[in-house]
Amino acid sequence: MEAINIAIKAIFIDNMIFAYFLGMCSFLAVSKKVKTAFGLGMAVIFVLTITVPINWLIQEKVLKEGALAWIGTDFATIDLTFLQFIIFIAVIAAMVQLVEMIIEKFSPSLYGSLGIFLPLIAVNCSILGSSLFMVQRDYTIVEATAFGFGSGTGFFLAIIALAAIRERLKYSHVPDGLKGLGITMLITGLMGLAFKSFIGVAL
Amino acid sequence: MKFLQKKFDQLKPLFEKGGKFEKFYPIYEGHRTIFFAPDIITGKKGAQIKDATDLKRLMMTVIIAMIPCLIFGMWNVGHQHFIATGVEATLLDKFWIGILKVVPIIAVSYGVGLLTEFTFCVIYQRPVEEGFLVTGMLIPLVMPATIPLWQVAMATVFAVVIGKEVFGGTGMNILNVALTARVFLYFAYPSQISGDVWTYLGDKTPVDGFSGATILAYGAEAAANNTNMMELAAGHWYSGMFDFWNMFMGIIPGSIGETSVLMCLIGAIVLIATGVGSWKIMLSVVLGTLAMGGLFNLTGGNSFMEMPAHYHLVIGGLAFGAVFMATDPVSAAHTETGKWIYGFLIGVITVLIRVINPAYPEGIMLAILFMNVFAPLIDFYVVEANKKRRLKRATV
Repeated sequence: MEAINIAIKAIFIDNMIFAYFLGMCSFLAVSKKVKTAFGLGMAVIFVLTITVPINWLIQEKVLKEGALAWIGTDFATIDLTFLQFIIFIAVIAAMVQLVEMIIEKFSPSLYGSLGIFLPLIAVNCSILGSSLFMVQRDYTIVEATAFGFGSGTGFFLAIIALAAIRERLKYSHVPDGLKGLGITMLITGLMGLAFKSFIGVAL
Repeated sequence: MKFLQKKFDQLKPLFEKGGKFEKFYPIYEGHRTIFFAPDIITGKKGAQIKDATDLKRLMMTVIIAMIPCLIFGMWNVGHQHFIATGVEATLLDKFWIGILKVVPIIAVSYGVGLLTEFTFCVIYQRPVEEGFLVTGMLIPLVMPATIPLWQVAMATVFAVVIGKEVFGGTGMNILNVALTARVFLYFAYPSQISGDVWTYLGDKTPVDGFSGATILAYGAEAAANNTNMMELAAGHWYSGMFDFWNMFMGIIPGSIGETSVLMCLIGAIVLIATGVGSWKIMLSVVLGTLAMGGLFNLTGGNSFMEMPAHYHLVIGGLAFGAVFMATDPVSAAHTETGKWIYGFLIGVITVLIRVINPAYPEGIMLAILFMNVFAPLIDFYVVEANKKRRLKRATV
């Protein structure tokens, strides 16, 4: 039950985009078409659902102070938390490689349209952010998985909604100075207003 | 009419190309088309559109549909004022107070909004579009009577510029413009638009035991303290205030135009009969509300959840939102199947926000905005599904 609450919270209330402003770069850049956005959103869900629990394991079994006690009593005092960032990033990069290979094999067209942004998921702030939040909030492994999935889904919903809006904007007469990223930033702000509807729900 | 036509024809050369006020042609054109059909007609060849119902008449229909709400709202502002101060008053007195409070808000909303709109039309040299006629009327109707006028002005400018003009004007926005104005105030100046602001008191002292709380506030309070909502509402200082029929008639505190379900129904009939508003959206909002309210009735939990589902329809601004806001043809879903999904989810989310979100007592405004954001996505997938279905049929 707790895990479901955490997932729902990560999707709507603590949405990665609208509550923490994480992962903005790919959110703004890959939202021109719903199909591409859908692909990227799915990739983010996949990467997050896998990396957050793996990083949880690494954190609990290797990095945390005293985590290495399972090897032997000599290791019980070792604290490897200073390696946290680099190891988390390495795990994420490896996972993204995996996703990249899968997408290239099964959907070359999506691979083509995602272009450089697929490898760039590796440095997407929302993904590293989720792993760090997971450490900060002392989740259990089930909760961590739910949190990873929820964060990914929140990102996914936000990016496909934005992409659909931008597709509709093709028929608008946006002033020249605002075309492209300018209007997208404004839309993001307006979407943030709408997403405020769930802030305050206690789960 | 003859006189007007003459006057407009006289002024025309001033505004045409080469005229003195060439730059202001959109303003001239905008005023002229209020009274007369536009000059421009389609060429002799090709499709001919023979219909007097242009955008301006469409907007006028919506305004006519809102008039019952407006008149009732004016009366109700006065009525609430007099019962709160414990003074007996005639119908006329009540209207007078209402007019004194409501007309300035309408004037500010129209004045500021049209000025903004005209400025943009002149800068971009495009014809004045009539979207603001409706928005300018909707904004006062969703404000409490006690709102400071400068806030109305600021919210109007924000909504017109950020909500609409940056997208290219009428018909291009993604969020409902009037709701953008309200939500802007709601988050920027919460103390003037939530809490005990619904009853206009002026410099009079209220009667003993007066409280301006709405039934939604009682609901939120009951949910927070686990007390009985219906008992709280029944203990209201003015007995019988929150009876079902009283709420249906709308003789309760609330935003100016939103309280009366009956007046909203009259508006709904006008909109549906003229084909301006979508009955699918209105019906599906009601269905969504009943479904979610019913679900809460089954699960129970606190007295707000156990409140009979049909009460959700008459409290707060749900009826007004469903009839005038959710049906906004620009920001709603465009496809027919999409409209059902869109409306249904508005109903569901409204009840969710009302019941489980202690931060906001009323949910219809945020629910509509939330679904405005997702409306293009719903449309996209409805169209995709349609394509897929037809492709399947084609290959057989």
